[in-house]
Amino acid sequence: MNGLRSFVARRLLLGAVQTVAVVLLVFALTEALPGDAAVALAGDQPDPARIAAIREAMRLDEPAHERLADWATGLLHGDLGTSLVSGRPVGQYIAEGFGPTLLLATLTLVLLIPLGFGLGVLAARHEGRLADRLISSVTLAVYAIPEFALGVLLVTVLALQLAWLPPTAVGYGTDLLGHPAALVLPVLVLLSRPVCSLSRLVRAGMIDALASPYVAQARRYGISGTRIRYTHALPNALAPAVQQLARTVDWLLCGVIVVEALYVIPGLGTVLLNAVAERDVPVVQGLAVMFGVLTVALNLGADLVAQRLAPRAGVAA
Amino acid sequence: MYDERHPALRRRGFLAATSLGALALAGCGTDDSDPKSGGAPKSGGRLRAAFAGGGASETLDPHLANLFADAARAKALYDKLADYGPDLSAQPRLAEKWETNKTLDRWQVTLRQATFHDGRPVTAADVLYSYRRIADPDQAFRAKASLEPIDLDASRATGQRSIEFVLKRPTAEFPNVLAAFGAYIVPEKATDFDKNPIGSGPFRFVSFAPGRSAVFRRYDDYWEGAPHLDEVEFVVANEESARVNALLGGQVEYAHELNPTTARAHEGSGQIEIVRLRNSAMQAFCMKTDRPPFDDARVRQAFFLIADRKELVDGALSGAGAVGNDLFGKGYEYYDDSLPQREQDLDKARALLKRAGAENLKVTLDTSAVAAGFTEAASIFRDQAAKAGVTVDVKMGSKDSYWADILNNGTLCCYRSGALPIEAHISQRLLTGSTTNATKWRHKDFDALYAQAQSTRDETARAAVYDRMQRRLYSEGGFLIWGFADWILGTARTVRGVEAKAPANTLDWARFDKVWLA
Repeated sequence: MNGLRSFVARRLLLGAVQTVAVVLLVFALTEALPGDAAVALAGDQPDPARIAAIREAMRLDEPAHERLADWATGLLHGDLGTSLVSGRPVGQYIAEGFGPTLLLATLTLVLLIPLGFGLGVLAARHEGRLADRLISSVTLAVYAIPEFALGVLLVTVLALQLAWLPPTAVGYGTDLLGHPAALVLPVLVLLSRPVCSLSRLVRAGMIDALASPYVAQARRYGISGTRIRYTHALPNALAPAVQQLARTVDWLLCGVIVVEALYVIPGLGTVLLNAVAERDVPVVQGLAVMFGVLTVALNLGADLVAQRLAPRAGVAA
Repeated sequence: MYDERHPALRRRGFLAATSLGALALAGCGTDDSDPKSGGAPKSGGRLRAAFAGGGASETLDPHLANLFADAARAKALYDKLADYGPDLSAQPRLAEKWETNKTLDRWQVTLRQATFHDGRPVTAADVLYSYRRIADPDQAFRAKASLEPIDLDASRATGQRSIEFVLKRPTAEFPNVLAAFGAYIVPEKATDFDKNPIGSGPFRFVSFAPGRSAVFRRYDDYWEGAPHLDEVEFVVANEESARVNALLGGQVEYAHELNPTTARAHEGSGQIEIVRLRNSAMQAFCMKTDRPPFDDARVRQAFFLIADRKELVDGALSGAGAVGNDLFGKGYEYYDDSLPQREQDLDKARALLKRAGAENLKVTLDTSAVAAGFTEAASIFRDQAAKAGVTVDVKMGSKDSYWADILNNGTLCCYRSGALPIEAHISQRLLTGSTTNATKWRHKDFDALYAQAQSTRDETARAAVYDRMQRRLYSEGGFLIWGFADWILGTARTVRGVEAKAPANTLDWARFDKVWLA
């Protein structure tokens, strides 16, 4: 197991370096955006004296490297800093936005795994036949629809015309569990694309595995078809699927901006969008740190799982 | 307007008008003859109103109000001394009356009897505290520039409910200062605005989650009478489609700021009511008069003649608006409507350009997706200019820094403005010392005319001075004002009492104490 431990250690170190790089990059890019928080806040009243006053109140008149250093020192003490615009702690922004996003991600994932694997296995079992062709063409078609378009379509048909579901979650705030009906449409939109990519990956992996010599050998031993499929072939198809799944979770957690905007869900995507528009650098940085850590951790986990499932495939650090 | 078919409606309208008579005399009359607001007001219920908001950074500090959502919330919780009527003239609110001395540089303001939500009376000390907070040199509150004429060190309370404002110079339009955007009155020493804001407005605080929802309850002792609604909830939905969907799906009863295309799709469909607030947003191209090619008045005049205003309104505003005549404030107090409507005249434009030696002129037009219709207006105008031999190069700028970028840079840009008294438009944008003078219009004689207007007591004489200034701007100003966009709202069919004649930012806009649910 020594190899695995050094692999984990190497990955963690790399992850830390990646997170620091992301944070530096985000800081540099936010600095490079035209206008700063004072300009964004002044809006259509760009009185130069007022902008200067705002800048001073926000301490934006200090050099960039000093602000970065201040912030990084705070970070080492677990302090993510305070918002330029409201003066509230960044941690509070993230904590509040995290709830709705986590809820959406969890629900999506709970449905995604059985659905994606089930469809993939089903298609692989019927390779080339009607079920396979149906699943393959529908998943390809759905994958091609942009989320925004699908979201608008679902609202129009299911919420406004048929009145089965509420069109948005407006006014529910973070209490989304109290209004489960409002979650159906966002989850459907979030589910639509990952289900397609996942089921197609599982299908391809299964078909490869079913055609492999070791499955042929297992058949010769007279092992039942079901057992071959689920204990011999599926694990082989899982490795790429798990890595894809990690990317999907990452995508879900980092706030799916379109879905949140369309259904008025105050999650991390909304926080990020507003923070960028307001040039609220500490909030953007705080989010970048969190996203960086999440991405690194999730990918590390996925690689470990993939290595256990198919050790021969090898895992690149 | 007598309607044979609805005599009852008319009678109710009449009754409503008489019962409001006393208030109308006090200077805050509401026009209740609109048949849409028919029916006796009913008490009770919660109205949910969706606005575009500012996300998790939102605050209930009324002096920080910057967005429409902030202004609507502040209006529910707080009062100003005055507010703008439908023609943008100042109407008394917390101030019961105002009187000035002969030289117009000292104003005596008397407060009406009103109480804050905690029962304390609104006093002169509260007013002075609020104004001094706004004017704090270490802060950057939006109304600071508007309060600039007041010498707050010299101003003082002359009684429990009377204040003497000492001004730095004669200001005939001083009541406009009292009505300025963001000049709300808060209790003396108030600092905590997000946990327990106390105002004297028609609604009192219940709960607030920044970027999500704010719930306020009726304040029974409101000086103008308690609101009809039990509660009003402000919810935030930044996407227009989300606001419309929430309204159509019955999740909200009031949706602010809709697109013209949405309005057309639902107007008369019976599902929701569409309310168009006319003359709300001035739409213009802004020419920098201090640099070539627009330092030559003939080039500016040629540009006035290049614009086909109808085509711009139809194309950029989807028809939801009225054509402009290169003057700010259509329908507002002092607006000079005697000047002939400007029409496209390409031959004359070409001749003017030729005389100015500006044939084959090339200009860059700055625009951005910062406001609805900006990019469309730019490309329509580019095509119109091409017909007069002018090459317009449209340049897209950043959305978030657009207003600061165009203030001093470039030569030609897209511009818009919300409702504002004509006097404030002039003082903020057209004087040599104006802080947001985007046309770089700097003329000593024009400044002098403004000063003359501000020191003229007689209203007719003052209007004549404003006419002179407007004729000057009409003939050679830097603002090519091609239209006035409607501000579009949607309401559920049960909502009554939404004022349709109030441009956005005026007293009756987003005013929920006069609204009820049928």
